[in-house]
Amino acid sequence: MAQASDMTAAVPLRRAARRWNQRTVAPWLFLAPGLFMFTVYVLWPIVQSITLSFYDWNGLYDQDGQFTGTFVGLANYAELMTDPAFETSLWNNLKWLLLYMLALPIGLFLAIFLNQTVRGIRIYKSLFFFPFVISQVVVGLIFSWFYAPNFGLLYLLTERITGDGTAILAEPDMVTYGIIAAGLWPQIAYVMILYLTGLNNVAPDQVEAARLDGARGWRMLWYVILPQLRPATFIAVIVTVIGALRSFDLVSIMTNGGPFGSSRVLSFYMFEVALGEFGFRMGYGAAIAVVLFAIMMVFISGFIWKMWRDEKER
Amino acid sequence: MVHKQAGALTLVAALLLSTAAVAQDKRVVTWNGNFDPIPLAATEAMIADFEAAHPEIDVQLTNFDHEAYKNAIRNFLTADPPDLATWFAANRMRPFVEAGLFADISDLWVSEGLTEAMASSLPSMTIDGKQWGIPYTFYQWGIYYNRDAYAAAGVALPGPEGVTWEQFLTNCEAFAAAEIDCLTTGSSALWPVAGIFDYLSLRVNGYEFHRDLAAGRISWTSPEVRAIFAEFARLQPFVTENHAAIDWQDAAAIFAQGQAANYVMGNFAVGVFKQGGMTNDNLGFMVFPEITPGIPRAEEAPTDTIHLTSGAQNPEDARTFLAFMASAEAQTKWNAAVGQLPTNKNATVPADDPFLTEGFAALSTATGGIAQFWDRDADAEYAKAGMEAFQQFLVQPEELEAILERLEQTRLRLYPQ
Repeated sequence: MAQASDMTAAVPLRRAARRWNQRTVAPWLFLAPGLFMFTVYVLWPIVQSITLSFYDWNGLYDQDGQFTGTFVGLANYAELMTDPAFETSLWNNLKWLLLYMLALPIGLFLAIFLNQTVRGIRIYKSLFFFPFVISQVVVGLIFSWFYAPNFGLLYLLTERITGDGTAILAEPDMVTYGIIAAGLWPQIAYVMILYLTGLNNVAPDQVEAARLDGARGWRMLWYVILPQLRPATFIAVIVTVIGALRSFDLVSIMTNGGPFGSSRVLSFYMFEVALGEFGFRMGYGAAIAVVLFAIMMVFISGFIWKMWRDEKER
Repeated sequence: MVHKQAGALTLVAALLLSTAAVAQDKRVVTWNGNFDPIPLAATEAMIADFEAAHPEIDVQLTNFDHEAYKNAIRNFLTADPPDLATWFAANRMRPFVEAGLFADISDLWVSEGLTEAMASSLPSMTIDGKQWGIPYTFYQWGIYYNRDAYAAAGVALPGPEGVTWEQFLTNCEAFAAAEIDCLTTGSSALWPVAGIFDYLSLRVNGYEFHRDLAAGRISWTSPEVRAIFAEFARLQPFVTENHAAIDWQDAAAIFAQGQAANYVMGNFAVGVFKQGGMTNDNLGFMVFPEITPGIPRAEEAPTDTIHLTSGAQNPEDARTFLAFMASAEAQTKWNAAVGQLPTNKNATVPADDPFLTEGFAALSTATGGIAQFWDRDADAEYAKAGMEAFQQFLVQPEELEAILERLEQTRLRLYPQ
């Protein structure tokens, strides 16, 4: 009796051990290379940047290869609190975040407009998508010529209308909006493609049923189409938020943060302070980077929580 | 027949291999630089001259992109130092000197007699009483003017002594009436307006005051500094509109087309003006007018330098090359090709270039001192804060109090009293 119970007790244990070996280890083995890369190229640099933000370092090693920084604790963060350039960057980042969201409705309406089966519609779709394919640097350069005083098209247009041309990139109050407009051009194209793909997956029978019930126009859009576009909207929001917070290329090419720092954003300010021509403060730049990381983590955590919740429901 | 040819071929091959082996015996000096195309050609000619005089030394120049070099140097001085590296003088070289990445070559200055021959550049190459590099070229700054624009507005041309400050401002009003910009600049890169500020500072208060201001020893709310900004304010209405959105080359185009009459710039811009269609007939040069009477005249002449790195593999031959580069002959030839001025006072300047001749005369008679330009005289972060303030003042002169207050806060943070 005891032997039988011993055996019955032993068998589940062995089966459980086997399950642990095969079923539970396999996913980790598949994930291991990706996790390794992620740790080395993403997690470790994050830890290093956070550590660096507690130092005052000019980026140089001395001739023996020794680190020349000094530990200053939270002094960099204390200085950030009173730095007017940091405050300007934060406000500009907020403007970027809010105005970049315009890409979603405009992208959606373009996608709806292009979602027809007219002959040659694919060419039009490609043309509308083209802005996203161009490098951001080129977009910035062309837009800066568009805004340039004396020969820029926008300048000449405002001169024709108001008699006195407005050079957007020279006005401290308007420069950020000018750069955001340049950034929206490729971003709208990107969101448009996301929505076009989403519209392809809209169930036609639901649309038919709604039409039979008398839905049309706005009501059709709001109650039938948009709920089915929820996954596309989710991805579009992620991509737009990250694009808005990352907007380094355009600021760097169009104004270099100017005039006198009015168009600075956090990603540009941290580069300017740490790696720019007059920037020899790696610790301070790292502190700005940590702040930007914290802001991004708010959004990224929100996205991951929502994705995790969706996965759990499934 | 075939055998003979094969034999001849083998002989030739053996000879070639042996010459290659001889070439391997040359000692190598590595040099990192960031020359633009015209200076690069002049530098390669100078290297060829040096190698002709020293056939056992091979100088290998690695040329970087002009702006990318300023970032790359922070890496390669530790990671993979060349024997020689180009850089700039004064406070611009301070971070590398303090990190011990440049070698002390004061002995070379003494042994080659450079303390005499390059006396005017000695202060800008000296930190802690030692010299850390060799200056090989500088160029004067001043006011370039467009004679055609002067004629179009009916303003009398400046004489050989230039104009007085009051006359300059009166001329500005005449230009404004003729819808010509009196002074043009392109401030999107910030440094062009620092040139204007530097000259106003040198002319209002003198060289020692300006040097102390750049070193953070003077308060921005002091009456002397306010006097500089008062003169700056008189100039502000006559500066090209929207200068904050254009760079200096765009402003040079405005100047070359006659839409602007004067341009405070360095001599390197003459090539660009001439490409824009100006000639020696309509392009003129004058020194910045005197503002406070009696102050010894100081000029701006940023100096380009070459340094021996402390991680050099071949310091001996590198020093030989430095001595060659400091010589009057090499400097005469290099600067004549590039259109700039030699730092060695025994070198000569081509007589047919009126701008170089005038510039050389202006610098040689500048009894007040030679400034290196705001972004080299001041520490990096302080220089950036200053240049942004100067640009903001030109766009928003009504914000003067806020600008001075912010500069003062920066000064107290960087240089705790």
